[in-house]
Amino acid sequence: MRLDVLNRGYGPGTKVLFALIRVFSGHPVPDAAKLVFYRPGFYGARAKKFTHEAMRGPSAWSVADRELMAAFVSKVNESAFCVGAHTATAGQAYQDAAKVQAVLADLESAPVEDGLRATLRMLGTLTREGTVGAGDMREVLSAGVSPQQVQDALAVCAAFNTTDRLANAFGFELLSPEAFEAGAKYLLKRGYR
Amino acid sequence: MPDEDKKRAAHRALVDGVLNGEGRASAEQRARAFGNADISPALDALIGKVATRPAEVTDADFAAAKASGFSEDQLFELVICAAVGQSARLYEAGLAALAEATGSGEAG
Repeated sequence: MRLDVLNRGYGPGTKVLFALIRVFSGHPVPDAAKLVFYRPGFYGARAKKFTHEAMRGPSAWSVADRELMAAFVSKVNESAFCVGAHTATAGQAYQDAAKVQAVLADLESAPVEDGLRATLRMLGTLTREGTVGAGDMREVLSAGVSPQQVQDALAVCAAFNTTDRLANAFGFELLSPEAFEAGAKYLLKRGYR
Repeated sequence: MPDEDKKRAAHRALVDGVLNGEGRASAEQRARAFGNADISPALDALIGKVATRPAEVTDADFAAAKASGFSEDQLFELVICAAVGQSARLYEAGLAALAEATGSGEAG
């Protein structure tokens, strides 16, 4: 990563934990995980709590839908690390990697329901242009999405607009496809806490 | 507490932590990075890119900030503030548009 403290600035306990993760997972510790262990009182602890609430807290959206939103927002932000991580996680959650790839390739022709498509379209506009209007929201609502679901989707969007920026700014190293799949399995089992 | 309030509360705690929690950069520097406004020239490229064009951040942007005296821990904090700040504005813009669309006035 672009700051040496993020590569090496960890205490002995955290270094042991990282070594254990390497041994048991058979993969390097992802930079996304390292970041939240660096001075967790500043950002990591609260970021994990918010992200877990958005991604795994109660919602009418499935975990798979929310992981797809994370992958989609990350694609708009051109965050290769986060696209890789959440494409893998959404694919496992749906048990349908092709569906996720189809959404990322062309949202309008992808085989998803209209409410999810309208929501992803709105999140893309918000992320790309920095704002959305009431008209954008009415389109989502008229596709059958509840106001509560829109709020839940906006929380996912907020979490990943933060993580995508940090991944790109700090320069998270890409993982192998096998390591992204292993990380996805972990995120589906344990979440973001 | 309703579930949505838990999401909003967790987000507010995150924002409050990066702005007002213990840190090495001053609260004023953190607030400026969060708002992407009134940034000193040495930090301008880095913070501006984190907020609006994150894929374009380069090693040189960090090098320029370090050369003007910012420590790695300060840059860790200020980059996070810029990222959390931009995301918070998106979140607020989305909730405000939803409130307008539903006529509830409460979601924002």
